[in-house]
Amino acid sequence: MTAAVVAFYFFSAVAVLSGFLVITARNPVHSVLWLILAFFAAAGLFVLLGAEFLAMIMLIVYVGAVAVLFLFVVMMLDVDFAALKAGMSRFIPVGVLFGLVLLGILYLAFSDWQASEEVLALRGVVAPPPEQVENTVALGTVLYSRYIFVFQMSGIILLVAMVGAIVLTLRHREGVKRQDVLKQMYRDPKQAVSLKDVKPGQGL
Amino acid sequence: MIGIEHYLTVAAIMFVTGIFGIFLNRKNVIIILMSIELMLLAVNINLVAFSAHLGDLVGQVFTLFVLTVAAAEAAIGLAILVCFFRNRGTIAVEDINVMRG
Repeated sequence: MTAAVVAFYFFSAVAVLSGFLVITARNPVHSVLWLILAFFAAAGLFVLLGAEFLAMIMLIVYVGAVAVLFLFVVMMLDVDFAALKAGMSRFIPVGVLFGLVLLGILYLAFSDWQASEEVLALRGVVAPPPEQVENTVALGTVLYSRYIFVFQMSGIILLVAMVGAIVLTLRHREGVKRQDVLKQMYRDPKQAVSLKDVKPGQGL
Repeated sequence: MIGIEHYLTVAAIMFVTGIFGIFLNRKNVIIILMSIELMLLAVNINLVAFSAHLGDLVGQVFTLFVLTVAAAEAAIGLAILVCFFRNRGTIAVEDINVMRG
């Protein structure tokens, strides 16, 4: 067995096991941590497939952003997770049934198939040999030229998601002083300052 | 030698794990969101495996797009969850019936 085969079986076993532990862990914090491990294993699989840029993006985006977001939400919400777990065993039979049926369908689909002879002619962007052009360079060349609109569209999607998340979670609390720019702009010396003629020896 | 079928098998098992997770944790929205992330991860493995198998870079470009949408979806989903928890004090799925859906 070569190192690549050993690495493949290691990463895939870790991915499948941690994926299973994500859904069965009692504590949601543990679930998030298993999810992070699953992402790490998938990144290892990506490296084995020669997609190292995607592997690194996977770690940065998922482990660095999404998983931390999950972790924050799990830790900040004061939820009784034990109550949510109650009655969980009721759904195991139907879940197992659905899972087995789907696995059977996927097995039927993936066990006996072969690529058409025309598939090599239908490739959108032929990947250059990895010895000459690195995966990152090849992907960047394609992404910034042919798929520039897809790239910009994903930027817009992220912008909309950011605005949506802020709008949804921003809360104006009562009794907290905030800056009111319009009020500041319409304030003038006539309203703000008044001259008092103070007589000597009397005071106000 | 590791062929594409091995990667497809791993991805299929992870996808089914995600489906099973949705059934298993029907009350907990956070775990359901994590299960969806697992399913998207399995799809990404499929895309990259075919991309490497056929020598076509479009699969990897599409994986990047899936990654972006998954991140946006997680952010929006969790924001809705926080908003809902603030208003109702629970995240149980069966209590989410404000819109009589």
